[in-house]
Amino acid sequence: MPSTANSSVSLAAGLPASPGRELAGEHSMRMNISKLNFYYGEKQVLFDISLGVAAARLTALIGPSGCGKSTLLRTLNRMHETVRNARLDGEITLDGQSIFLQDVTQFRRRIGMVFQKPNPFPKSIFDNVAYGPRINGASRPLSDVVEASLRRAALWDEVKDQLHKSAYELSGGQQQRLCIARALAVEPEVLLLDEPCSALDPISTAKVEELLVQLKSSCTIVIVTHNMQQAARVSDFTAFLLNGSLIEFSPTPQLFTTPADSRTEAYITGRFG
Amino acid sequence: MERHFEKDLNELKERLLWMGGLAERAVHQAVQAVLNADEQIAQRVLAEETAINEMQIEIDDRVVHVLALHQLMAVDLRFVLAVSRINNDLERIGDQAVNIAQAAQRILRHPRVKPYVDLPKMSEIVEGMMRDALNALVRRDVVLAQSVLSRDDQVDNLRDQIFRELLTYMMGDSSVVYPAFDLILMAKNLERIGDHATNIAEDVIYFVQGRDVRHPAVDRR
Amino acid sequence: MTARVLWRKSLSAVMLSLTGVCAFVAVSVLFLILGYLVIHGGRSVNWDFFTKLPAPVGELGGGMANAILGSAKLLALASLIGVPLGLLGGVYLAEFGGHAAGFVVRYAADLLNGTPSIVIGIFAYALLVLPFKHFSTFSGAFALGIMMIPITLRSTEEFLRAVPLALREGALALGASKWRAILTVVLPAAYRGILTAVLLALARVAGETAPLLFTAFSNRFWSPGWNQPTASLPVMIYTYAVSPYDDWHRQAWAAGLLLLGLVLVINLLARVVLSRGAAVRRS
Repeated sequence: MPSTANSSVSLAAGLPASPGRELAGEHSMRMNISKLNFYYGEKQVLFDISLGVAAARLTALIGPSGCGKSTLLRTLNRMHETVRNARLDGEITLDGQSIFLQDVTQFRRRIGMVFQKPNPFPKSIFDNVAYGPRINGASRPLSDVVEASLRRAALWDEVKDQLHKSAYELSGGQQQRLCIARALAVEPEVLLLDEPCSALDPISTAKVEELLVQLKSSCTIVIVTHNMQQAARVSDFTAFLLNGSLIEFSPTPQLFTTPADSRTEAYITGRFG
Repeated sequence: MERHFEKDLNELKERLLWMGGLAERAVHQAVQAVLNADEQIAQRVLAEETAINEMQIEIDDRVVHVLALHQLMAVDLRFVLAVSRINNDLERIGDQAVNIAQAAQRILRHPRVKPYVDLPKMSEIVEGMMRDALNALVRRDVVLAQSVLSRDDQVDNLRDQIFRELLTYMMGDSSVVYPAFDLILMAKNLERIGDHATNIAEDVIYFVQGRDVRHPAVDRR
Repeated sequence: MTARVLWRKSLSAVMLSLTGVCAFVAVSVLFLILGYLVIHGGRSVNWDFFTKLPAPVGELGGGMANAILGSAKLLALASLIGVPLGLLGGVYLAEFGGHAAGFVVRYAADLLNGTPSIVIGIFAYALLVLPFKHFSTFSGAFALGIMMIPITLRSTEEFLRAVPLALREGALALGASKWRAILTVVLPAAYRGILTAVLLALARVAGETAPLLFTAFSNRFWSPGWNQPTASLPVMIYTYAVSPYDDWHRQAWAAGLLLLGLVLVINLLARVVLSRGAAVRRS
């Protein structure tokens, strides 16, 4: 706000307040990762990662291929446990509770995940969205949940007349939004997205991005993307990983205008990676 | 589909217009200080300059963020570039208003040199140019922007006329040299403000049509 | 130079015709068999053939109703034994089997697949005929069921492995347990392939004779229940073909025609099922 201490009239009256620059530390954290080391067999792929996931914000993980960003994301819903000889030490908490002490299927219901390639089940559109509520025991009528989820995923208007068609009949972009709707149907507290737009055309990508920006008011989101412009466009905080280490973690505007680390700057200016 | 950066662009425009309002107000008050012989208004202009400067920095910050975070194209890109330039012009207008206010303080220490005729006329035209340039931005109105450009000659003519007249007074009576010189500076300041308004109008045309009208003599291919 | 080119060209022409002729012969064998069956047995395929019991020796006419029903019962029971075992074993191999256990199961299944059918017949004979001192539908179906296991198991494994990992992870991420994910997502995604495999296994054992000779044996009458010897199409063909009666020979040809027709239909069905599945997957 312009300072108007010396004048008799407030020169900025009526102007909406400008959002101050957010710092990660000022936020209430939904998830906390501390001192995380991750190994595939003998090979260590993540080194001493500590980072907080702010509630109701979108956090992006960026970095060159093989930097460990997807691995980091997959630890957040313990999906790494499906891989043989994957092993980690360190701690991850959700709302202060260690995620490793909870029943894994119960825990995963609280964390939605959307994958790189759209992976609808070989079922109808309706049954895809209803899958989670069905296995988890829905409290509301299924058709309500399906409609609400498809609306939140901005897909309802496109599919409302063909809910019983196979999900494979949708376009790639629609399939990915269907997968987002499917994840939203279990009302996850955190939504993880692993390069959700890498298989989509630019228009579909833009639609998914707009969707994410809308969703973050009601859901904490973590997105892995190899497209750093995408991270710039949609995220509030950005973490830059390189060779399994967290190089920089800052509010997105800061990271993309005045990065603190020269390696971050080299990466976001396209000078390597 | 509405993109979420449109919100950022709207906020940017809102702030630029707010700053335009501050600059207009500064110019108007500075001139009024002279015409109404009101020392207090002159002081207010000086006090309020900070607000304009702070707004310039905020707008600059926002421009950098928008450019860094969203890969803007075509009309969006031209808009942000135009905002960046207009931001500079508005800040310069604020500086000119401060110059006028300072001149006003000096002028007011002397008796009035002559009845002011051309000065109010000139300031009215210049303030109108500023207002219309910013309105043209809001409405994307190229015709209105063109009319701003065409008024620049009137301002130049008025300035020359004020120069000639005041020089005559100075040659006739050496005791009015100080206030008359400040009045000449003031006319010069107003003419510069008109130039900045012209720049803003040119930026509006660039933003709306992608056409650079600044230097017709430069051959662009 | 031109001589070499000429040599090369003629060699190419010779090889092309040679492979073409071989391909033609391979295909024509099937049509020869089919034609032979139709010529010799076509006349005997009539309403009586499907509805009547075999006529007493020396009498003309009669049918194979008991053998048709017997084959159907044998195949149905064999599927009940072989399909669940093969299916669940395949699920274990594809989803749970570690390196060592997987290797053992896979190797055993491949060996079983290569085991001569008569050996399996002896096994069923020793296990289910000798102790009870009589032939039975059940023992025949047991032998055929064992033969279905390796085919079903290995194909189930292959088709389950072809289901993208992303589908499994998608289900797990929604809070499904592993079993639930397999049951509700992975198996439905692979069911067309698995169904095809089951049909092919069925077609393969439908024509087996050797293991039935000393398990289900044969029967000139209806075989009620599962505990009596039963007639079956392959065994009837064998018995009738080696008999001295012309009328029986004709009926053997007719039974052969029926059996081949059945196998053809099953194969066709499998093809249709699989191609539909593939079309949906791709779009």
